[in-house]
Amino acid sequence: MPPMIDKEKCVKCMTCVQICGMDVFGPLDTKEPTVMYPEECWHCRACVMDCPVGAITMRYPLPMSMLFQEVPSEQETGCRK
Amino acid sequence: MIEVEKNIQDCDVLIVGGGIAGLMAAIAAASQGAKVVIAEKANSRRSGSGATGNDHFGCYIPEVHGDIEEFVKELGQSMCKEAVDTKMQRVFAQRSFEVAKDWDEWGIDMRPHGKYEFNGHALPGRLRCFLKYNGENQKPVLTKKALEVGARIDNKTAISEFITKDGKVVGAIGIDISKSVPRVKLYRAKSIITATGIAMRLYPSITPGWMFNLCNCPAGTASGRVAAYKAGATLVNIDVPFTHAGPKYMERCGKATWIGVLEDYTGKAVGPFVEKPSKECGDITGDIWQDVFLEKKANGTAPVYMDCTKTEPEDLEYMKWGFRCEGDTSLLEALETQGMTFNKHMVEFDKYNPNMQGCGIEINERGETDLPGLYCAGDECGNFNLGIAGAAVTGRIAGENAASYVQNVEGVSDEEILNSEVVRNACEFYTQLMERKEGATWKELNVAVQQIMSDYCGIINPRSESMLSAGLNNLELLERRAKASVFCANSHELMRALEFWKWAN
Repeated sequence: MPPMIDKEKCVKCMTCVQICGMDVFGPLDTKEPTVMYPEECWHCRACVMDCPVGAITMRYPLPMSMLFQEVPSEQETGCRK
Repeated sequence: MIEVEKNIQDCDVLIVGGGIAGLMAAIAAASQGAKVVIAEKANSRRSGSGATGNDHFGCYIPEVHGDIEEFVKELGQSMCKEAVDTKMQRVFAQRSFEVAKDWDEWGIDMRPHGKYEFNGHALPGRLRCFLKYNGENQKPVLTKKALEVGARIDNKTAISEFITKDGKVVGAIGIDISKSVPRVKLYRAKSIITATGIAMRLYPSITPGWMFNLCNCPAGTASGRVAAYKAGATLVNIDVPFTHAGPKYMERCGKATWIGVLEDYTGKAVGPFVEKPSKECGDITGDIWQDVFLEKKANGTAPVYMDCTKTEPEDLEYMKWGFRCEGDTSLLEALETQGMTFNKHMVEFDKYNPNMQGCGIEINERGETDLPGLYCAGDECGNFNLGIAGAAVTGRIAGENAASYVQNVEGVSDEEILNSEVVRNACEFYTQLMERKEGATWKELNVAVQQIMSDYCGIINPRSESMLSAGLNNLELLERRAKASVFCANSHELMRALEFWKWAN
């Protein structure tokens, strides 16, 4: 679930808990950062950017997968400019 | 009974929301000597739609653009169709460069390549109205500046209601969510500047099962608009929802950051504007012809894709840099980790469901609403909207004028705040929500509001009086059921429930 905290790296500075715009990590009266409301993540990556030790990574849920495909060639479509 | 903080927080100017508009309002008001408090439900360092950056800042520079009327006309024809109050656009234009220069001095990189450059959100051969800048540090910089000039920032504090007396705003009710158990925090203020941003989550995301997948900040839910309306301010353009477009299934802003061409599945450009995209002019079709995605579906030539394969390599690098400035690092990361390459693939684009941008509280050239003491700034305004730059300029204007206004206003007493009807009713209601042990969740309420808005007040089917009336009736039915059943286990859930309670109230 997004975001993911590497507990080995986390120094419990609580920066992510403070700055998350969606309150994904819940209130400040916890002992260490925990992802409490993963489905409320905006995927803005502020926690990833501001974590001083690089302990947070973002996983993008399947419903948010990017949709892309190779650009068709002229031969394939017959009408490409 | 829900805990109420004994001390009433006293200030001249209470600013609701610590986004770009709120911080700029705070800096302006505190610089004039006003006692300023910002109540921000998250943390002003990374909150709101400008949380991690932006890359376009509407800005009028006389030496670049010439006649101001030409600048205003270009804005109206390209980006500002939703809020064509030209007097506000003119006021914005006159103050925009002054703000851009201040941001540059404070440490936001408004000239990333040495000089002010205008690229993107523009038509070929026409005036380019948007500065390309690097806003990735804009929120920490403005937060630091607000604190330096003496403003106080109450983070993790959600404002739920405004308190009025004799037709003027005199305070507000906040909920402190910094701890698991919520506390009511009461504010006495001679003036309020409401700046709660774009209203999201009234309509479903493009991924209905993933509610917070939205192009703008999902924490913005029209709190200020509703509090202002209940207190007596006028809302305008409220029935004209705005729609954004971008990568399908991963809602992100920044469509003008893309340097490519919107094409149908055969590779044929869907718009008439650009064949060879450049950093100066990408494809503005999505800005100008917002229904292109729906129309292509209707005539059997969808999907529509963003194709960057014809973009020069140096412009592709400029685009990737632009995404970082815009705060869209998640988009870059998702594309890269999922195997997309800009010189080989095209990305499917679509129109997103509506939000409330360019519809909200009416202001005049001084940022005043028609409720004495209440000012409004940023995306919450109903008659003017221009994203980050609009928020920055209207924030400054509202802050300056609110600071002048409070000099001639007497504050009310503690008793008048504590004994006000709105405070008594709010505390009683919040207590009911917290003391109930089981029932409906805030999410049920949010989903129920979204389905009524989408079905009865949406954008796909024509609107009609009968459907709008039925929708209103359905919201009233929802309100009665929700009032008797919603429960909140902690401060987070109370905040979320109150974000949507107003829509069923």
